[in-house]
Amino acid sequence: MATEEMEQLVQREYKQGFVTDIESDTVPPGLDESVIAFISHKKGEPQWMLDWRLEAFHQWQTMKAPSWAHLDYPPIDYQAISYYSAPKKPEDGPQSLDEVDPKLLETYEKLGIPLHEQAALAGVAVDAVFDSVSVTTTFKETLAEAGVIFCSISEAIRDYPELVQAYLGSVVPRGDNFFAALNSAVFTDGSFVYVPEGVECPMELSTYFRINAANTGQFERTLIVCDKRAQVSYLEGCTAPQRDENQLHAAVVELVALEDAYIKYSTVQNWYPGDEDGKGGIYNFVTKRGDCRGDRSKICWTQVETGSAITWKYPSCMLRGNDSVGEFYSVAVTNGRQQADTGTKMIHIGKNTRSTIVSKGIAAGRSNQSYRGLVKMTPRATGSRNFTQCDSLLIGDQCGAHTFPYQEIGNSKSTVEHEATTSKIGDDQLFYCQSRGISEEDAVNMIVNGFCKDVFQELPMEFAVEAEALLGVTLEGSVG
Amino acid sequence: MSTETFLQHLQERVEQGAPEWLTSRRQSAAESFARQGFPSPRQEAWKYTDVSRIAESRFTLASDAALSEARLAALRLQVDDAHRLVFVDGLFSAEHSDIGELPAGVVVEPLSQALMQGREVLGSQLGRLTGEDFSPFAALNTAFAHEGVLLHLGRNAVLEKPVYAIFVSRTGESAVMSHPRLLIRAEQGSEASLIEHHIGEHEAANFTNVVGEASLDANARVRHYKLQEASQSEYHVSSMHIDQQRDSLYASYNLNLGGALVRNDLISELNDENATTEFWGLFFGQERQHIDNHTQVNHNAPRTYSNESYKGILGGRARGVFNGRVYIKRDAQQVRGYQNNANLLLSDRAEIDTKPELEIYADDVLCSHGATTGQLDENAIFALRARGISQEMARGLLTLAFATEVMEQIPLAEITERVERTVAGKLPDRFNLMGVVEDSDA
Repeated sequence: MATEEMEQLVQREYKQGFVTDIESDTVPPGLDESVIAFISHKKGEPQWMLDWRLEAFHQWQTMKAPSWAHLDYPPIDYQAISYYSAPKKPEDGPQSLDEVDPKLLETYEKLGIPLHEQAALAGVAVDAVFDSVSVTTTFKETLAEAGVIFCSISEAIRDYPELVQAYLGSVVPRGDNFFAALNSAVFTDGSFVYVPEGVECPMELSTYFRINAANTGQFERTLIVCDKRAQVSYLEGCTAPQRDENQLHAAVVELVALEDAYIKYSTVQNWYPGDEDGKGGIYNFVTKRGDCRGDRSKICWTQVETGSAITWKYPSCMLRGNDSVGEFYSVAVTNGRQQADTGTKMIHIGKNTRSTIVSKGIAAGRSNQSYRGLVKMTPRATGSRNFTQCDSLLIGDQCGAHTFPYQEIGNSKSTVEHEATTSKIGDDQLFYCQSRGISEEDAVNMIVNGFCKDVFQELPMEFAVEAEALLGVTLEGSVG
Repeated sequence: MSTETFLQHLQERVEQGAPEWLTSRRQSAAESFARQGFPSPRQEAWKYTDVSRIAESRFTLASDAALSEARLAALRLQVDDAHRLVFVDGLFSAEHSDIGELPAGVVVEPLSQALMQGREVLGSQLGRLTGEDFSPFAALNTAFAHEGVLLHLGRNAVLEKPVYAIFVSRTGESAVMSHPRLLIRAEQGSEASLIEHHIGEHEAANFTNVVGEASLDANARVRHYKLQEASQSEYHVSSMHIDQQRDSLYASYNLNLGGALVRNDLISELNDENATTEFWGLFFGQERQHIDNHTQVNHNAPRTYSNESYKGILGGRARGVFNGRVYIKRDAQQVRGYQNNANLLLSDRAEIDTKPELEIYADDVLCSHGATTGQLDENAIFALRARGISQEMARGLLTLAFATEVMEQIPLAEITERVERTVAGKLPDRFNLMGVVEDSDA
């Protein structure tokens, strides 16, 4: 009886939401079926997608936010968040660089970002600055020629439903974890990439190309599928600091690599970290997982994490194919009152699988940083190998650096190695540089960059250069 | 509820005229145990160790400590030059014990006797380091606290001979539980070593739940050898809590060869400058053994040092767990903390779950940890076989070599021989073996 009533109620709300809110551009704070129906309708999605979202929502309702991470933040009121707002119109943003926060511009300057890009990043109506259409068209043509699909996830749901249905949620299931379930219910944006069999994507794909096509969403969903023998390199984010009024970010990224495919996924994350007291920064809860589904496939995660007040992120690899390879290279820098709990999972399932983890953490100011990782060798994964190195560098006596590596090894034909160190920049190192006329700040930058070298050399060229500059900016004021 | 089954025997213990402070401590520990219940694998600290087998069993308390001299002689180490205390299923056996002469300022006594004597040190020591809620098992031990070892070293007292405490677990009609308590109080400048030896008759399927507390004052040095050789059906849970003052040294040699389900917790608090903790460990699991070692080193003061090395060797369907945590408190500068866990898997059905953790809040420190898991080097086996050594012997030799780093820390030949025999059991006579090694070296 009670369930019937409940169902009626659900139906009713659902209808109301469906009808009444349809014309508005934002939904009021709160999350229920009607909001999800609204989002789905707004995106012009088919019924199966809506059902999928609702199923995720029901799972989410039964879940609790994880509390195991080494993070300290007030509980989030999920009913106080608005889950949909239409993309900003150009006239709402600042009209020229003069209207942009000078502090932000100063940072752009230090990073050496060209003027027109600065404008784009600061949210200035881009069309006024440079002709983005032409850039977009050129790359779209090149990709189309190669047969690569690169579009927003919403377009993909409309235009390539069979691909999306086949792969969406196949790596990160709807109920995988609290934030993934939330994302599955309410995601509004993200990218979709499909590289057909035997195709090497002719250019590096970047979300940057789509930056003015749609606002970077709060709940992004990215799905990249690389068919047999295909290759792609994908860049996410950019080095410039991004401001966003949405405090909570819960993205999901799924990668699927079929036989002999290679996906390289590089991230530079530099969301607003909050002010000196840690007020107002972004909470970034991300589920990223790659599935090396085919034999000899390879997935490589590279990340440079410098932003966000809270980072909760563990890009992982499921090494299912025999001889598949997973790699994780990470530099995480925290300053001020930032907190980061990040790492990776390498699940070895196929035979002769290999994984490498290199994690470099730099904690400064009053920040706290943790590496949390899992290396699992299943009994089947014979002949497999893992090497893990996590190093932490502490700058200042008020920060913290922590390492929580889990290793679960279930066969005797595999080798797993883990090493971790924690130290500070040596006084002798600084002295050496300073005695050669290098200022203290430059010396610290140099040493820190050297510390991160193993990771930076995995980044695509232009990213690497920017990342080095970014480190300097992030650590500014933490020395001396 | 199962916690009640465990507490129902409590009355038998309480009536024995315990001092009031102990009765009230036992009482609140019993309440704490009932409140906490048995840990579940959903708790991080018990993620890989499921104790439901213990929780679902029924154990009684032993009523006598009868054991034939021959039986004991077959089990115990031939360490004769020692202050010997023998416990049988948790009860003190005066008959087999031989504490002998003690230098001035030293007390070595079974806990029951110390309670009877009204030793003041007990009141201040018992429960000081465990707190009430360290773990349900520690609480259960406190609730039953009655027997164990008191080692009290007065100022500058040096005990030349080791204290050798033997805990024998018998094969009986019904499974019994025992809750030995070790209390070590080492005053300034004192020195001693303790051998804690757990051994069981072949079929014994009892539950031994040990709690130890060691307080080391300035410049005290304590070496603690634990050799756990319980039967393959025994449940063994223990926690050792260490508190260290300036310039003190506590070295633990934690050797686990037996037990069906084993869980050891070691927690060391380095509370003043130049205090050093050394944790050496070896665990060897076969068949379906489950051996879990959790260690914690808390650097609460600047210029404190720790060094830890645990070696795991697992064959059959054995499962090993290692969780080592090094914690450095804010402003505890110039600390050095090293930790290493190396594991050797001898069979495809063996499993190791290891988690070396660092939690660091000070910048001027040198800390590192490492964890490796692998197998015997086929090339090394080949090299030995090419010299006419059988497959089995080659494997035994290399396995022993793997354990060497830990074993060579132990100056007591009786213990190392025992371990070698177990780890490389099927090898021919040890001396032959040594001969072979020497020859191939030459």
